[in-house]
Amino acid sequence: MNFFRFSSPQTFYPLAGRLVPLFAALAAACAVAGLYIGFFVAPSDAVQGEVYRIIHLHVAAAWMSMFIYLVMAFWSAVGLGLGTRLSFYMTQALAPTGAMFCFIALWTGALWGRPTWGAYWVWDARLTSQLLLLFLYFGFIALTRAIDDPRRADKAGAIIALVGAVNVPIIYFSVTWWNTLHQGASVKPGGSSMASVMLWAMLLCALAAWFYSLAVSLARARRIILERERHTEWAAAEIARRGAGGRAD
Amino acid sequence: MTLFVHVLLRDLRLAWRARSDLLVALSFFVIVASLFPFGVGAEPERLRAIGPGVVWVAALLAALLALPRLFEKDAEAGVLEQLLLSPEPAVLWVAAKIVAHWLATGLPLVLLSPLLGLMYRLEGAGLGVLAAGLLLGTPVLSLVGAIGAALTLGLRGAGSLLALLVLPLFVPVLVFGAGAVEAWSAGMGVSAQFSLLGGGLLAALALAPFACAAALRLAAE
Repeated sequence: MNFFRFSSPQTFYPLAGRLVPLFAALAAACAVAGLYIGFFVAPSDAVQGEVYRIIHLHVAAAWMSMFIYLVMAFWSAVGLGLGTRLSFYMTQALAPTGAMFCFIALWTGALWGRPTWGAYWVWDARLTSQLLLLFLYFGFIALTRAIDDPRRADKAGAIIALVGAVNVPIIYFSVTWWNTLHQGASVKPGGSSMASVMLWAMLLCALAAWFYSLAVSLARARRIILERERHTEWAAAEIARRGAGGRAD
Repeated sequence: MTLFVHVLLRDLRLAWRARSDLLVALSFFVIVASLFPFGVGAEPERLRAIGPGVVWVAALLAALLALPRLFEKDAEAGVLEQLLLSPEPAVLWVAAKIVAHWLATGLPLVLLSPLLGLMYRLEGAGLGVLAAGLLLGTPVLSLVGAIGAALTLGLRGAGSLLALLVLPLFVPVLVFGAGAVEAWSAGMGVSAQFSLLGGGLLAALALAPFACAAALRLAAE
């Protein structure tokens, strides 16, 4: 099978259409299982009580938000290097999901921090760099939306995604440095050895976040493909088939 | 190389002719820095504690304010297109423009910073550390900012978009620059911060002109 066959939007579109429900079902199954284990099966934490349970959402969201930025940088590099339109579509399809996970990570972090650290916001190194990552996502989305010419928007977004990806480790390093200069180590959850049940719940939630991102970004990529390829025959036919209302499938 | 020198001298001459613009950016730097005592109080201890950070943040904002002018005039006048059409490598004249921009907008900030440091009760060598940090850091701001300026060239709302794009990238420079003065006041060495700023400057010098040239090609298409 020629892998590059699917680098054409026309062949990728139906493939993505078949994959979306599959990933969505997997995401739902993992989320239900993970949240059930996390909230009902896993025992209370010896130190933190019930509060810690939010970690199942928090860790998955934080992982995803960082990973998605890496994937965006990857597709940007592929797009700029090989000139494939689909890579740029994928980059733009991923960005809102990454920003959303970034926001969830910050929000759940604040909810966890209030009872644990005694404050909604602590200038902790990881929190702060997560906030800056959110700004990078916003910057990418704002830039690609502000440019009217789609081809310029594609490449400009790819450039800023790559520049951001180079800077993410630097930002993280500098913020860690700044943090140790300003304040002592923040309160860390006692006894880092997690019960294996908790670990399972966390892994399942991470998998759910993973499948969710795949499903949503592929669905979004399909919309972008239709919008951008509307001048081609097949896309025009597909748009006509789906009708002006834009049925889900 | 002659192209580099020509573009550099031309941009410096243009900057000199529009020197009132440069003065506005400089006044902005001074005003922002002198607003803080009104907000947080003027006890010498507090001033000394926030001084380096305030001067650095003001320098960041002043650098941001000056960025849109980097390519705007040339894009309007069609100079940018002509330069892109020339057979010389774009990286050369892009670097020259950034250097000229830094000499016109960044260097005055560095020279003025000891005065602001005095307003914040920094003393002696601390002032030198502040200025030296800015000397290493402001070129990074110009280089990284130039990418953002090129990407937002000619867009609506370019100014605020530029802020969103480049301010998160300026954070490391702020951390190490202001951190150097703080470390100095605490009696620690500043070689670590200065090495990191210098390393950042070299990396930005090596990479930013390429990204900037690519972004300018997009803008001119």
